[in-house]
Amino acid sequence: MMGRTIFIDPGRCIGCQACVSACRECDSHRGKSMIHLDYPDEGHSVASLPTVCMHCEDPVAPCAEVCPADAILVTADGVVQQADTSRCIGCANCVNACPFGVPKIDLQAKLQMKCNLCYDRTAYGLAPMCATVCPTGALFYGTLEELRAERPGVQVADSFTFGDVVVSTGVAMVVPADKVQWPVPGGLPIVEVNGRTVR
Amino acid sequence: MNRLPLDPSLAPPGTRNFRDAGGIPADQWRADQDGETLVPTHCCFCGVQCGMYLRVDKGGKVFGVEPRNHDINRMRLCPKGINAYQQINHPDRLTAPLLRRSRDEPFREVSWEEALDHTADEIRRIQAAHGNDAFGLLGGASLFSEKTYLVGKFARVALKSRHVDYNGRLCMVSAAGANKLAFGIDRAANPFSDILLTDCLLIAGSNVGECFPVMTQYVWGARDRGASLIVIDPRETAIARTADIHVALKPGTDSAFFNALLHVVIKEELDDEAYIGAHTTGWEEVRDKAAEYPPERAAEICGVPASQIVEVARTFARAPKAMAWHARGIEHHSQGVENCLSVINLCVATGNLGKPGAGYGTITGQGNGQGGREHGQKADLLPGGRSIMNAEHRRQICEIWGIEESELPPAGTSMMEMVHQMRRQEIRGLIGICNNPFVSLPNYSTVKDGYDTLEFHAQFDFFLSETAANAHVVFPVTTWAEDEGVMANAEARVVKHNKAQEPPAGVRTDTWVICQLAQRLGAGDKFAFPGSREVFDELRVASAGTVNDYYGITYERLEETGGIAWPCPSTDHPGTPRLFEDGRTSHPDGKVHMQVVEWHPPMDPYDDEHPLSLTTGRTVAHFLSGNQTRRLGALVEQTPRPWVEIHPSHGFRNGDPVRVVTRRGSAVFPALVTEAIRPDTVFIPYHWPVPTAANALTIDALDPRSKIPEYKVCACRIEAGDRVAEVPAPPTAPGHVAYPAAQVSRTDPLPPTSPQGRGTAERS
Repeated sequence: MMGRTIFIDPGRCIGCQACVSACRECDSHRGKSMIHLDYPDEGHSVASLPTVCMHCEDPVAPCAEVCPADAILVTADGVVQQADTSRCIGCANCVNACPFGVPKIDLQAKLQMKCNLCYDRTAYGLAPMCATVCPTGALFYGTLEELRAERPGVQVADSFTFGDVVVSTGVAMVVPADKVQWPVPGGLPIVEVNGRTVR
Repeated sequence: MNRLPLDPSLAPPGTRNFRDAGGIPADQWRADQDGETLVPTHCCFCGVQCGMYLRVDKGGKVFGVEPRNHDINRMRLCPKGINAYQQINHPDRLTAPLLRRSRDEPFREVSWEEALDHTADEIRRIQAAHGNDAFGLLGGASLFSEKTYLVGKFARVALKSRHVDYNGRLCMVSAAGANKLAFGIDRAANPFSDILLTDCLLIAGSNVGECFPVMTQYVWGARDRGASLIVIDPRETAIARTADIHVALKPGTDSAFFNALLHVVIKEELDDEAYIGAHTTGWEEVRDKAAEYPPERAAEICGVPASQIVEVARTFARAPKAMAWHARGIEHHSQGVENCLSVINLCVATGNLGKPGAGYGTITGQGNGQGGREHGQKADLLPGGRSIMNAEHRRQICEIWGIEESELPPAGTSMMEMVHQMRRQEIRGLIGICNNPFVSLPNYSTVKDGYDTLEFHAQFDFFLSETAANAHVVFPVTTWAEDEGVMANAEARVVKHNKAQEPPAGVRTDTWVICQLAQRLGAGDKFAFPGSREVFDELRVASAGTVNDYYGITYERLEETGGIAWPCPSTDHPGTPRLFEDGRTSHPDGKVHMQVVEWHPPMDPYDDEHPLSLTTGRTVAHFLSGNQTRRLGALVEQTPRPWVEIHPSHGFRNGDPVRVVTRRGSAVFPALVTEAIRPDTVFIPYHWPVPTAANALTIDALDPRSKIPEYKVCACRIEAGDRVAEVPAPPTAPGHVAYPAAQVSRTDPLPPTSPQGRGTAERS
């Protein structure tokens, strides 16, 4: 952390899915969207939350680490690329390994796809499509300094806990100023599978 | 993380080479190495009018969209804007005129000559037998201003009928009427950019996040600088969720609430006496009326705590600079004009007018909702916002049009009133352009009855809408990307849309069709327009010297700038983004004419059988009647169907079929159970046709002044339904295979989202 990257601000998300549509327009995986939009508190609130690939830094890209075909490359600038089509065997190991639920498998083509931070754009200094169009700035692309110039005092986190495991990411999350804790909860640990305790 | 140097030669092999992208601003790109061109234009949908590029391939076909760094939206786009280009070469496009002699027959494709001749024959037949006023015209506020000007001129000069109106009547005429009464000018007082400068932003009756998504960047920008946000809405919308104060008031009680705010402002001496004394008339009467609305009384009417009313009043009035923006939530009422006037009274009484960051704004619905009524397609207006009842205004326009004043018809009636006239056979023939009343008007069964009674009905459209499917003749016309013209956005900023591709063979521009019909009706000399530019130049002249002065706006200037706000009286005038900076309004005395507002209950009374409020509104994925957006795969996937939003206290579970019953009818929708709505209120989005139409249930009561229908409140009850009705596929022309909407999207069909359209999207 942290150069030019995506900052996700759930407080600003209006659930419009412009990011989802924009992602389909990105040339690197044209026609498919690599963004999830979740409604974490449905029935109580209209709160929504976009999830892009978090581009894990430490441990480096669990998806890439578990790939038996070495199909997922991580560039020198920390971008976790989508699977190389000439190598990917569609085994879905990456899907299982990702703590954020990001990679997708095209079962028919037996290929993995994921957000690659619009590498065709960011490599030239442009913002990814999702962050370019986001009407509210819930997805912001830039440096932390640029973000803070627009939003004075904003607090961000780039480390998340999953049970005992801490994952540091290239993409960061805006967190409430009064609730900053390091690392922030990234999900609940799995303690039971089919009624059997696993911890 | 290390940033890659901005050297294209270092890009990974195979990446797309945006020419010189590293060194110049994003909106300066013109083409990539594959030979595509980027045509600068604006979104066809809402009143924000986001700038965008349409991507055009070497064959001249639009195939994509690219964000554009325009002043209005600064690259931002909502999902409608991103997907809009997909309608241009959509397989459902109409590509030949359709004709049938009676509604019992199927359509057949005919030549343009036959369709135009038959329409002209029917106009002449009906008018000869029943008088000129027996034929009417209904325009649309998504048309370019050039076309809305032509619609008004065609009705009065070629049809010689008083009956012309437009679907902006269903949109923001209440705001227009209130602004005209108070200020003598019908537009927002401030540009969007002023929102960034305010200290307190009050949003009344607008689900900004879903209806005007790109405006939220201004709202958040204001908040980043410390502004307070107050949202008035019966639902906890995305924008209400994080407001400083969310007032979830009962639908149909807005003017009581705003009168109470004024009551508190006066009582606590937070009003701006100096401003009121220097710049207003009517203050004493307004002040006396406000005295009748103490917070406790309003709290009872509105169903919100009196303490919250006091808190809102103090927050707004104590802010150094405050703004109020409002939309259909307070305008779609039988007291829509009063509601808007009550907001104006609050802004004026606190001296919030004519300053950066202080004023009012109207959040226009349709793309040209503002411009669509400025140049004469509204029943009571002539070009330049002139009144058709004003003898001097009539004389001025007749001189420009080259007709005698005696030939100019008087004012007509409003869109909903015209439907009742159809039922009474006072109107026997109708042309509809760019509108879809079968979905958009309230009280559907009455609307259907009116249209079924017509002896002749023609529609202009580029898809076969539900209303066009009921017509005798359908003219296939261009999309926004196949013609050029201007629109005025919610700030009254005039922007130019550019042509991105040639229309498909068999498709003509609305301008061409109107001029051809005029020629057949013997008025060809008044309609000798080769294209939009010539119409715009006549419009500029016709508006010169009026409040809505466009004279100084030219196509060239619009292409050089990010748009120009009217009034703009000369070609070296910069335009007028902010009104009233000199303290003068557009009334001859220069004063704000404050108006007394009295609250009255909604027109559909509550009783034991109908104890709840039904309110309606939009979703972010669809636009108005959905004729366009319900054909685009990504938007259909996002929101495939309507739902009824209800509070958990009614005992239903998510997805349960729930029947909503009003005095007009009933329909079954899947339940979206949420605490984000008042227990006494239910909500249904309105973009779908029967049997999934909210407008099968809504009441056609009208505001007596603006004639806007009361879409936002009627009495209803809910009960367990049997089964949820299927959403009908949009109509298509004969010979066209009904095209599954999902296939039009770039992506393969995805697993369906939840019935509410709110499910987790795109999860593998």
